[in-house]
Amino acid sequence: MSDITDPLTQEFQAPSPREMLKQRAKGHLGLLTGLGIVGLLALVAIFAPLLAPHDPYAQSLMTRMEPPVFLGGDWDHPLGTDHLGRDYLSRLIYGARVSLMIGAIAALISGVIGTTMGVAAGYFGGKVDAFVTFLINVRLAMPVVLVALAVVAILGGSLTVVICVLGLLLWDRFAVVMRASTLQISRRDYIAAARAVGASTPRILLTEIMPNIFNNLIVVITLEMAHAILLEATLSFLGLGVQPPTPSWGLMVSEGKNMMLFEPWLVLIPGAVLFVLVLAINLMGDGLRDVTAPENRS
Amino acid sequence: MLPFILKRLGLALLVAFTVSFISFSLLFLSGDPAAALAGETASGEDIEAIRTLYGFDRPMMVQYGEWLFSAVRGDFGESYYFKLPVASLITDRLQVTMLLGLCGITFALLTAVPLGVAAAIRPNSMIDRLALFLSVAGQALPSFWFGLILIVLFSIKFQILPPSGAESWRHFVMPTIVLGYYAMPAIMRLTRAGMLDVLNSDYIRTARAKGAGEGRVLFKHALRNAIIPVVSLAAVQMGFMLGGSIVVESVFALHGAGYLAWESIARNDLPTVQALILIFSMFYITFTFLADVLNAWLDPRMRSA
Repeated sequence: MSDITDPLTQEFQAPSPREMLKQRAKGHLGLLTGLGIVGLLALVAIFAPLLAPHDPYAQSLMTRMEPPVFLGGDWDHPLGTDHLGRDYLSRLIYGARVSLMIGAIAALISGVIGTTMGVAAGYFGGKVDAFVTFLINVRLAMPVVLVALAVVAILGGSLTVVICVLGLLLWDRFAVVMRASTLQISRRDYIAAARAVGASTPRILLTEIMPNIFNNLIVVITLEMAHAILLEATLSFLGLGVQPPTPSWGLMVSEGKNMMLFEPWLVLIPGAVLFVLVLAINLMGDGLRDVTAPENRS
Repeated sequence: MLPFILKRLGLALLVAFTVSFISFSLLFLSGDPAAALAGETASGEDIEAIRTLYGFDRPMMVQYGEWLFSAVRGDFGESYYFKLPVASLITDRLQVTMLLGLCGITFALLTAVPLGVAAAIRPNSMIDRLALFLSVAGQALPSFWFGLILIVLFSIKFQILPPSGAESWRHFVMPTIVLGYYAMPAIMRLTRAGMLDVLNSDYIRTARAKGAGEGRVLFKHALRNAIIPVVSLAAVQMGFMLGGSIVVESVFALHGAGYLAWESIARNDLPTVQALILIFSMFYITFTFLADVLNAWLDPRMRSA
């Protein structure tokens, strides 16, 4: 019991910023819920081969359109089978891979593009800023879904094409947010101090600016990942995204649409999972913003 | 004010010009538009014939210049698939899309503004939480899925609304909701934040101190000021929504410009696709320009930006 010391002699220590962050995170219900669901779905995606009861591509004409368990089906196919007799649960599980992979890679690509542009605009200002702002305006003027559909139609819908198209289209929010954050940071005294002691521009950008806008970057990455996942599903639903027989949730909704009249669950289940994933990522992003920058809470 | 407008107009034109170049360049993404147009079974001679027929053998910049010059005069060439002038094809379909966009933004404003105001009057109350929940959930809801759910509920289960078509106002109810909810979260958040801001200001305290009734304070003094940024946001959202109508129109088989875009993309009808991308962009550019001007007119501080 030697760790009990007299409180009067103990030196008072203010909690470190990291500890305060942890405290705030622990009390944030939305962040915890979001993290929990995203973590769970990420695990499902990683361990898909172990978790899926059947091969997601295996067709069986004898067992087509079997209903899920809660609609009177049997436990061999807990969520039923689709119009080709493929196990719906297995396709959902593998679909998590498609969604999360596309979302993560697209967000990373657009993150690199947008952050580079935003930081350059915010730090250098002047003509660079004007040019980046112009590019942002051009990008915002292009209708995303329409352009993405057209490009995918021309180049053919493969996973790579969809990821690249989304990555090249979704950098606007990164650029806007990173530009504003950099603008704010580069006016601080410690940047002037770094410059005064002769730090080079790359050094200032990497060791002074980047660490200070990193929190905002993480928030935008999560929100844009959600955006990319929604867009992939939309493109696949419209038939110009990920191509069959890949198990994409948007594609599953689209395939189920024709049988919606009799078997609405074919549409309801994949859409609901998509909704939950995107909601969880958004909750996570909003939560991260609250926790890392409590002063910006709206 | 005039220098501001001219500057913004110049910028808008420059953006429009760049967008026109990008949408034209899309045609060349496939490498050889003539081969793409001829199809996979075409012989080399067929491809050459198409190349000269459509003028693909000329330098790209020449083709772009010609295309832009005609586009400015409202001539977007002939649709490969419909064999009709693209311009007349689009103007026919645009009415449905414009109507849908107007209904959508009206729906969004009529639901989001009252909700935002109610949430701001009582922060952290049940209604504030409901508003927050709706805006978070709204951003995560895939619009194509939301549309299908509405069809399952109102067309299949209760059979009170038609699932597709555009013959009567009843055909527009579900598409309006699906398109409108898309703009709701942003409008609601901005209304709420604006109202909260304004309600804490000195002139509201003054109005209360002078004995103005609560309704008068809220609507005459507070909302009037808080609504200014909302109006310009609504204009920007309208531009976004027209571009987003492609999803809604294909879910509800509403034959507007969005549906036409989907059809022509699926059919490799590039002149129509190019024209539609350009036109949807122009809508966005026009609406943001109007929003900027409106903002500057209402709030002179914005004019320096």
